[in-house]
Amino acid sequence: MSFDEEYFNIGRLDRLSYQDTIVHRLDPRAKVVCTALFLFTVISFSKYEITALLPFFLFPVMLTTLGDIPIGFLLKKIAIVSPFAIFIGIFNPVLDTRTVVVIAGIPLSAGWISFVTILLKFVLTISAALLLIATTSFPGICHALRRLGVPAVFVSQLLFLYRYLFVLTEEAMRLVRAKDMRSFGSRGSSMKVVARLIGTLFFRTVERAERIYSAMLARGFNGDMPSLKEYRFRAVDGLYVSLTVLFLVLFRLYPVTDLFGHFIQEILP
Amino acid sequence: MSHHFVEFKDVRFQYPDGTEALKGVSFRITHGESVGIVGANGSGKSTLLLHMNGYFLPSKGTVTVGDIELQKSTRQEVRRKVGIVFQNPDDQLFMPTVYDDVSFGPLNLGMSPECVKERVHEALTTVNCLDLRDKPPHHLSGGQKSAVAIASVIAMEPDILVMDEPAAYLDPRSRRSLITMLKTFVHTKIIASHDLDLILDVCARCIVIRDGIVVADGPSKAILSDRTLLEENNLELPLSLQRC
Amino acid sequence: MHMADALLSPAVGATFWAGTLAAIGLASRNLKKNIDDKVIPLMGVMGAFIFASQMINFTIPGTGSSGHIGGGMILAIILGPAAAFLAIASVLTVQGLFFADGGLLALGCNIWNMGIYPCFIVYPLVYKPLAGDSRSSVRILAVSVLSTVLALQLGALSVVLETTLSGKSELPFRTFILLMQPIHLAIGIVEGFITAAVINYVRTAQPEIIGTSAASRPLGPEVSVKKLVIAFFVFAVITGGFLSWFASSHPDGLEWAIQKITNSREPAGREPGTAQVLKDIQGKTTVFPGYGFKPGTDVPAQHKQVPAWPGIDAGKSLAGVFGAIVVLGVIILIGIGIRMIRRRQV
Repeated sequence: MSFDEEYFNIGRLDRLSYQDTIVHRLDPRAKVVCTALFLFTVISFSKYEITALLPFFLFPVMLTTLGDIPIGFLLKKIAIVSPFAIFIGIFNPVLDTRTVVVIAGIPLSAGWISFVTILLKFVLTISAALLLIATTSFPGICHALRRLGVPAVFVSQLLFLYRYLFVLTEEAMRLVRAKDMRSFGSRGSSMKVVARLIGTLFFRTVERAERIYSAMLARGFNGDMPSLKEYRFRAVDGLYVSLTVLFLVLFRLYPVTDLFGHFIQEILP
Repeated sequence: MSHHFVEFKDVRFQYPDGTEALKGVSFRITHGESVGIVGANGSGKSTLLLHMNGYFLPSKGTVTVGDIELQKSTRQEVRRKVGIVFQNPDDQLFMPTVYDDVSFGPLNLGMSPECVKERVHEALTTVNCLDLRDKPPHHLSGGQKSAVAIASVIAMEPDILVMDEPAAYLDPRSRRSLITMLKTFVHTKIIASHDLDLILDVCARCIVIRDGIVVADGPSKAILSDRTLLEENNLELPLSLQRC
Repeated sequence: MHMADALLSPAVGATFWAGTLAAIGLASRNLKKNIDDKVIPLMGVMGAFIFASQMINFTIPGTGSSGHIGGGMILAIILGPAAAFLAIASVLTVQGLFFADGGLLALGCNIWNMGIYPCFIVYPLVYKPLAGDSRSSVRILAVSVLSTVLALQLGALSVVLETTLSGKSELPFRTFILLMQPIHLAIGIVEGFITAAVINYVRTAQPEIIGTSAASRPLGPEVSVKKLVIAFFVFAVITGGFLSWFASSHPDGLEWAIQKITNSREPAGREPGTAQVLKDIQGKTTVFPGYGFKPGTDVPAQHKQVPAWPGIDAGKSLAGVFGAIVVLGVIILIGIGIRMIRRRQV
């Protein structure tokens, strides 16, 4: 992916997180906690659990639709990060070839089942992470982390990073453009040039840190990063958490898919 | 009567690397004045501004704000009186949302949350940006950023407002609304800029700095129409005066 | 080399998160005591700097493929270990959210793999003693390459360990090692050259920067860094011991716990279809706790038709397919339904 593309992709996700929908209005703490519970439940399944994982798609589908998140964009972002999981997972069908199921005459090996399980888990966990940031503004997430006990120094670190990520990425983008414009088609760049570019970016960053620090001092900074923003944990947040927990427990303990399947088999002639 | 004055007496300043940026600057700015500070690149304008709130302390000479002489121990007090709006709003706005940013100063002044809310509301209303309060700074336009940067400083209700190149990143229309807004402020204003039309519009008095010393100090109309003086300082006649 | 959620077991994910959180806590405490305020914005902006630099691609000599820097060593050299660790942790957190690199449970592992090693192991034990105050650019180059290679090898080894301990991938430990370590050797060398180039460039152009932030204003006295390193080693050994015990006796912590719950709360009266499924589940979990199949040998009599997988018979597989269709259908319908209702509201 080109620099520009990558940059605008973050920007788009960031903009989505400032929408105003039911999901966006939920307390960030509720969303962080629910996402964590969801992730833990999903990866707690053993490696041959295709059917048991399917009901969990309800969670991302609900968040995507209620939170007005474009599905195509989400899928594309998932596809972009998939290579590592696919690369590691694809060894399973190669290494584990014992036939375990025959469906409609087609034998399936344990390796394929565990590979598909990895892929399902991958899609579920990655979409949960992306949906968290797409439905919760980054400052909101930081606030939640702070309230959940993450040290203040680290949280203010995250906030600074978020604030200057866009500024510095644009700065880097300008440097790269300026370089590209004078490299006349020689694709990529030598390490030496890149080291200089990064060095230049580094100096600008240090100078900027100086200016920011003076601006902070000018407004009475004394080592603390105070914030007034209040988030209230309302009944609806409680409801959201309880519903999520209820469904997670339900889907974890009862093989919903198989139950449905048997039900269908029983009513079919 | 008023304590809102700024006085520089023979201020000298040397950077750690030995460069002498100020070589004896003296002036006095009294309550309610609007003063423009102009000069070529590297003439010492920014260094001068950073003395006004004690980011730098003079190597020699004295800076007095109100009744307080600027020293390491009085820095915090001076910072309550003098609000500086820096040139690049991206440096000025360091908090993740507009609201957090504007409340940063008042909270550091130790005000109660109710008081802070009121201040923030007022400051954002003054610059017409109340509806931007929940946005992160990188979603704002250049003009909006500048306005919010000003709000973040006036929320502290400083006696003296210092600005470094306030119109640098603005399109003509945003610049015009900035000028209109500045004219409504009752604060003592000190504005450093290359935008001489803006200075002519907003400031009655003008100080010219060259190589760390004051080379001219007087009414803006007189100074900004002195072609030779301006050209000696890498400046040009303001456009509004070029026509005649 | 970001670790991914899908390859993790809850026990491994949780353990590394615990280690990472402990490290964040320690580093924050260490910083709070020892820095002046000025470093707070510097650290934050440096995180953004690494983030932006990672988006600048370069051609890896001889291969034609392109790569980008990781930046862990650069930060450690410039900011000192504690501040650098927090900066890296925040970069990885933002990437975990905005790029979903790996995922959020694996984030604990990723911060561990890419933060702990360069900041708390390689920097204090290798870089600092060998090139701490060096003025020779050749020496800085040599030590930088050595340091980044070491840090990346440790990180890659960690990825292999985490994956193997989790047991979701069939890759044998040795094959995986042979796959990962050489790749990261190459990456480490390239990264080392870039690190050295940046450090040398910064050192010649503005020497006082490295001086002010790392050396003359140490972020935490020498002693505490050493203590920190020792603490991490102890922690790592305990973690390793705990994990291997855990992995051998209870293949999967949460799974094991749930299994206990489901076993102890057996429903009394059962419907035939449902009961069959529950029985299957129970049979599967008791005969085969966790993963690891023992094909053929202990096949219960009633499942002889599919010898390799006793827990699943043809009927159940078909039920699985039916169920999958129904479940996904229902979820998609719910999605479409909500969309339509929302459209109408707008």
